[in-house]
Amino acid sequence: MSPRFEPITGRYLQCELLGKPQRLYVEEAGRGIPLLCLHTAGSDARQYRGLMNDARITANYRVIAFDMPWHGKSSPPAGWQDTEYQLTSRDYVRLIVEVADALELEKPVAMGCSIGGRIVLHLAHEKPERFRALIGLESAAYTAPYYDLSWLNRPDVHGGMVCAGVVSGLIAPTAPAPERWETLWHYMQSGPGVFKGDLYFYMIDGDIRDRVDEIDIKRCPLFLLTGEYDYSCTAEGTLDVARRTGATATIMKDLGHFPMSEDPQKFNDYLLPVLEKIRAL
Amino acid sequence: MIDSIPKHVNANADLVRRGRFVDTTFMIAIDEAYTLIRIREGRVTKLTQGPFITPDYSFCLRASRGVWEKFWQPSPPLGFTDIFALVKQKLMKVEGDLHPFMSNLLYFKDVIAAPRKEAAR
Repeated sequence: MSPRFEPITGRYLQCELLGKPQRLYVEEAGRGIPLLCLHTAGSDARQYRGLMNDARITANYRVIAFDMPWHGKSSPPAGWQDTEYQLTSRDYVRLIVEVADALELEKPVAMGCSIGGRIVLHLAHEKPERFRALIGLESAAYTAPYYDLSWLNRPDVHGGMVCAGVVSGLIAPTAPAPERWETLWHYMQSGPGVFKGDLYFYMIDGDIRDRVDEIDIKRCPLFLLTGEYDYSCTAEGTLDVARRTGATATIMKDLGHFPMSEDPQKFNDYLLPVLEKIRAL
Repeated sequence: MIDSIPKHVNANADLVRRGRFVDTTFMIAIDEAYTLIRIREGRVTKLTQGPFITPDYSFCLRASRGVWEKFWQPSPPLGFTDIFALVKQKLMKVEGDLHPFMSNLLYFKDVIAAPRKEAAR
């Protein structure tokens, strides 16, 4: 009997990101149109394994997901010990473009969730010519802080447990228990201060409310998918972006803030028609 | 409903284990009705209904009766499934010394949601 490997391969990419040498962990599966997937704040590319293991998706798409520097198996750049990680809009846009270049992807589709869903709006605004299409999951122009972020990184509170505790309610109550708890495990494994550093983008620097009207979906088609149970990026927030840009928006039943990892089967049923539309462009 | 918290928490060995380092008293405020809940090593050892003259507690969760009733439904409606969803909508306030709460967040979320099990019976 041969080993039962999944179709996913994982490798380390040597590249320079934001002016620093980086050893970036990248997973991929499938053939066809490159689909570059962006994970949520304080998590990593494992969130997309449900896509990579779905032959309906990988038949026509080369699904690629990378751990951002500081996340998952992509270590922080050398010298990290003397810095405080803080993700900015400018660095995040640049990082995605540099990763796409390092992977030699020509006009990929980019799909991001949460912070990834927000940066997709920045990409639509600043770099529409670089992408075949953009897909925002849990995508809104702005989310105001609703708790004191300093709890996420202090020595007298377990960082992994508090990060998982903060996000646990964002998962739909209908999500299967194994997927729910694996989604939370990713948060429990995040490095100290990384989730908080990502939320600097999500709740402060990444506010794009004043530029949403300038997004031109004729230059790059934009699709939005949001879980109904997401109270961080709300359905209202997504529908507001759709109304202002003309993007196609779908509110997904029985899904929350992490659709691709909390209930992959349910999510993929929503994603497939979008991927078919993009294929037909 | 709130009276059922000790029974459901103490019967859940996994939840008690998750809260094994918790030693505090917290308050639930339903409109102007106050309840103090004493926790030791993850078990609820005492539940005391107010009114109180000088209540001694670490943190308090405060919401209207209508909000708590929706939150404690076995399948809460959208927007009422989680404490943070209520806080974000300004339907609940979490006040006081939040350290025991935030450092045991997954534990307290299940303790506070325990009356859902009573409602489901």
